[in-house]
Amino acid sequence: MHCPKCHAPMHTYNRNGVQIEQCSNCRGIFLDYGELESLTRLEAQWNQQAPPPAGPPPQAYPAAPAPAWGAPQHGGHGAHYGGHHGHHRQKGFGRMLFSS
Amino acid sequence: MPSPDPTPAPEPLADRPDSTVVRHGPLVLKTHAPDSDPLALTTRIAVAAHPLLTGILLPPLPTPAAATPAHPGRPLSAWPYGTPVDPDDPDAAPWGETAILLARLHRTPPEALPAPLPPMRGPAKAARALARMHATAPHPAAPDAHRTVRHAWHGLPAWARDEPDPARPLTTLCHGDLHLGQLVRHPAPDGPWHLIDVDDLGLGDPAWDLARPAAWYAAGLLHPDIWQCFLAAYRHAGGPAVRPEGDPWPELDIAARALTVQTAALALAKSTTEGRPLDEVEQLMIDSCARIASLPPELDAAPPP
Repeated sequence: MHCPKCHAPMHTYNRNGVQIEQCSNCRGIFLDYGELESLTRLEAQWNQQAPPPAGPPPQAYPAAPAPAWGAPQHGGHGAHYGGHHGHHRQKGFGRMLFSS
Repeated sequence: MPSPDPTPAPEPLADRPDSTVVRHGPLVLKTHAPDSDPLALTTRIAVAAHPLLTGILLPPLPTPAAATPAHPGRPLSAWPYGTPVDPDDPDAAPWGETAILLARLHRTPPEALPAPLPPMRGPAKAARALARMHATAPHPAAPDAHRTVRHAWHGLPAWARDEPDPARPLTTLCHGDLHLGQLVRHPAPDGPWHLIDVDDLGLGDPAWDLARPAAWYAAGLLHPDIWQCFLAAYRHAGGPAVRPEGDPWPELDIAARALTVQTAALALAKSTTEGRPLDEVEQLMIDSCARIASLPPELDAAPPP
């Protein structure tokens, strides 16, 4: 099939049993009927596997966009910036902030 | 009681294999890398002296005739002393001011500047970091890390690996090696912030200058609030590297991956050479490389510009 936006050919990929068409030019993604629901179901399964959150509920979506390869804590509890590792981390990060 | 010394003893500010920086009171002398391209370096220093860069780049001083270079035969330049960012207080770092300086730098019309402007050396430094890692034995505590970093590197497009790509014209003046050691207050001690170190300055993709903070944010090191403040200040000042609003990652992604790989490669080379374990922060950059290396290839390519 061809991309509805830029008309370049689309390629089919399989992600966890869900067929995804991706445009070879603009990288846009097309989902067939029911595929979005399948993805939502997979997401729900994934969330059920996670331990129940303690304290205030975490943000469902990160406040700032992050890349696909961003650290998993984006949008989570944010403990990685402080907590008991905070001081240690701050020292190493301080060094990294100033080096080429 | 000792009388005040009118000529303070020279104070080394940096001594690396590629450059030596020594302070003599209000004057700083920099000996540049032995492999510096003399014409390119002269042009870069002339850019720092150009009136369009006033208030953005620290302007050079005439090199004193009596100056004795630490390494005779290597290029020497002279600069006014400026107060650096306090390395013990990175929380007080001028992120917003840095972003505004970068936006102003990136908006400077290159055609009005001394020519020929060389390419920005960011990708060259990334390639050099990879070469340095390859020249070092694998870290005993992370034997697979070399392969992870190499894999992440080879997923980058050619231009980001310092292979020229004629389809990507070099249009924007960039710093080329932005980090918090590249800012000083001038006049010392509390004048406005300026960017220093023009050794890697030149034409290129301005996203490269945002890519170190972007990589730190993506690794979970830089607090999202600081990243947001930096990005908002850059956009507010009309910085051209990212779209004015919305998700900036389509523009930042490649350069931020490259800086992640560069940082991880240098961390492996340095920690192995120094015979020490990787610190937690270095490990996080290698973790980022592992996530980059595991991206599915069909979702890996950026859309054409």
